[in-house]
Amino acid sequence: MSQRAGGPNPRAAALHARGTSTGGQAPVGIAARLLEFGEELRGEGVAVGTSELLDAFSVLDHVEWTDRVLFRESLATTLAKSPEDRRIFGLVFDRFFFRAAEMAAVEEGVREDGGIDFDQAGEFDMEELRKLIAEAIQDGDGDRMSDLARLAIAAFGQQGEGSGVVGVDVQRIRRQLGLKAEPQPDLPEEDPRRDGLPRDEIRRFEQMLRRELERGQIERTETLPPARPLNEIDRALPSGPLQDLAAVHRTVMQLKRRLKTQGQEQRGNRRHAHVDVRKTMRASLQTGGVPVELKFKPKRPRRPEIYVVCDVSTSVASASVFFLSVLHALHDSFRKMRSFVFIERISEVTEVFQKERNFRAVSEAIGRDAGVADVSGYTDYGRVWREFREQVEADLHPRSTVIILGDARTNGRDPAAEVFGHIAAKAGRTFWLNPEPKLYWNYGDSVIATYEQYCEAFECWTTAHLEEFVKALTRPVHSA
Amino acid sequence: MPDTPASVEDVASGLRATGYLPGESTALVSYLATQLGKPILVEGPAGVGKTQLAKALAESLGRELVRLQCYEGLDEAKALYEWNYRKQLLRIQAEADGTGWNAVQDDIFGEEFLLTRPLLQAIASEEPVVLLIDEIDKTDQEFEAMLLELLSDFQISIPELGTIASTTHPIVLLTSNNSRELTEALKRRCLYLWLDYPELEHELEIVKLHTPDLPEAVGRRLVELVQLVRDLDIKKPPSIAESIDWARALLLLGATDIDADMFRDTMSIIVKHRTDLDVVSERVGVKLTPGLAGGAPVNP
Repeated sequence: MSQRAGGPNPRAAALHARGTSTGGQAPVGIAARLLEFGEELRGEGVAVGTSELLDAFSVLDHVEWTDRVLFRESLATTLAKSPEDRRIFGLVFDRFFFRAAEMAAVEEGVREDGGIDFDQAGEFDMEELRKLIAEAIQDGDGDRMSDLARLAIAAFGQQGEGSGVVGVDVQRIRRQLGLKAEPQPDLPEEDPRRDGLPRDEIRRFEQMLRRELERGQIERTETLPPARPLNEIDRALPSGPLQDLAAVHRTVMQLKRRLKTQGQEQRGNRRHAHVDVRKTMRASLQTGGVPVELKFKPKRPRRPEIYVVCDVSTSVASASVFFLSVLHALHDSFRKMRSFVFIERISEVTEVFQKERNFRAVSEAIGRDAGVADVSGYTDYGRVWREFREQVEADLHPRSTVIILGDARTNGRDPAAEVFGHIAAKAGRTFWLNPEPKLYWNYGDSVIATYEQYCEAFECWTTAHLEEFVKALTRPVHSA
Repeated sequence: MPDTPASVEDVASGLRATGYLPGESTALVSYLATQLGKPILVEGPAGVGKTQLAKALAESLGRELVRLQCYEGLDEAKALYEWNYRKQLLRIQAEADGTGWNAVQDDIFGEEFLLTRPLLQAIASEEPVVLLIDEIDKTDQEFEAMLLELLSDFQISIPELGTIASTTHPIVLLTSNNSRELTEALKRRCLYLWLDYPELEHELEIVKLHTPDLPEAVGRRLVELVQLVRDLDIKKPPSIAESIDWARALLLLGATDIDADMFRDTMSIIVKHRTDLDVVSERVGVKLTPGLAGGAPVNP
């Protein structure tokens, strides 16, 4: 919560009063709160150990924990130890302390003075308000935005009745304010909304609206709504068409670097390594010809030959295009790679990826040229296996790897598992990536179980899953 | 310079005095590290000043900087200590025949024959130092495990000599480009600091600090452009050091504004990849006003 300019925030004061009233320089109140907070972080999958919590306490001895930024950063530096954890920490921190402060306020019976007087709200000039908000968003002025968020709620809360569902109200208010990231050329010249507003700032403004609405709700009902766990979607693979391409690429870069250093981790396992005679002799010169130090041949990471077969029907399309582009970005890790896409029939798209570097261009090109757009739009796995077998069977050998990406939903058609089994037997390894959470496997028309007997199946809907898979893929095989 | 800073503000102003503008959490974490004696693990993209932070910290605290650059295959012999076996051999050969083996053995495993490497040097130093372990993610996990003793107890065990404990507490910084996940055990012992590219205003301050003569308008334009370029989907986003280089170049050229021509001519300072150059000139170059007569000539 950003503090408003007009006097100290009564809620924050209430929280602090509670903390200090229990006495001592590290009040009991805050200690218990911190433990709860640690517990909540664990609940979201951040590994917070006892030693981290102890660190957090010792850190708080050294900083003024009445300063919000210092307090937050001190906790962050001891509790969240990766960029990913850092992000989750931020979300949990806001949620937790917002709730804690509201709780304290309800218990102490503190109500905010100078709240919004709904009778006055009618006097707002709507157009003026719209413009003010748009300007604040344009400038990214946080304080003004949070003030205006309250005004907006007051103004629009009076016009239409609130639905009682925070998310719905936020979207309704946003629509009425006409806040869009896209340019709106029909607006007058001087209106800041004309050229479109920064998307991030709009999102920030929505968050403020949400916060204010929740605050109002708590004040009315004097109870806290049940805590929601963080949305899993927050962590899911970038898939929507509006996805930030740079984010996708960063994920790929990360994967690439990890793959490069991966051979390194195998080094410790020297038991099966071969002695490099030439290097050992060379090193022995230093010790007068006595081979004191053995030199080993480095283990080469496996560079598999890869065949990717990707479902691009609407149910999995975005995930598969992302996945294909990841594999192609990783091209140097593989010796040879051919990709196929299918819905009802199969077609090869290896060249499309070699020509186009851009994620969006690729997905367009696949839709346009790949010849999969003109069929009924329902996946037919049986037919796909037969066609795939025809096209590549001659090339398959024990060192090749086949990867399937699909949800294994056959639309009630024949899964032709025996053909798939035949392909799997010809290839060295076969993987299946399913973009659906494991929970949904084998429900409805999903027949992943019939295929799973021939291959290794992975669920793959977050970048972490993807990384696990790429590791499995490049893992050197110990030839027995 | 005070040896142990008394507040976060002290650290911040100390760093600022050395030409390093810390963000809020940077100063805080550095302060906590001096107070708690815990190592700092600094992560972030390349070129946001991770290594520079260690240098600035050493300078502002008046301590010596001991640096260990990590790389693939770095081992104890290069990081901790090594016995100087040539000298040992010579010593044995120079020995008269009558001397007993025990006497020789005691002799050749003395400090005289020990080659200290950065880690041992930092521990054994009489004066407190700042120890920088750079790019820890380049090493393997065994090396990390070896660091654990050093990081939690500030001591090193040498089988032949016993344990060498530090008399003065070094401030330890580990940097990582996050190219592999570090072990939990290592992270547990560290304070964590995530450095990211700075906000526009912050970067502008940094650029101004290093090129005070650059006109305000040009500086702002430059930082805006750099931030714009960073948002693009390119292989290597420009680092802070590169923004500073660019600012210096523009200053040398006497630029009064960055127009399309100027941008095209000097772009290679911040973008260093062939494909990136294409992307940037296509996406950013067109947004600039075409070259005006006002621009300074590139070749005097």
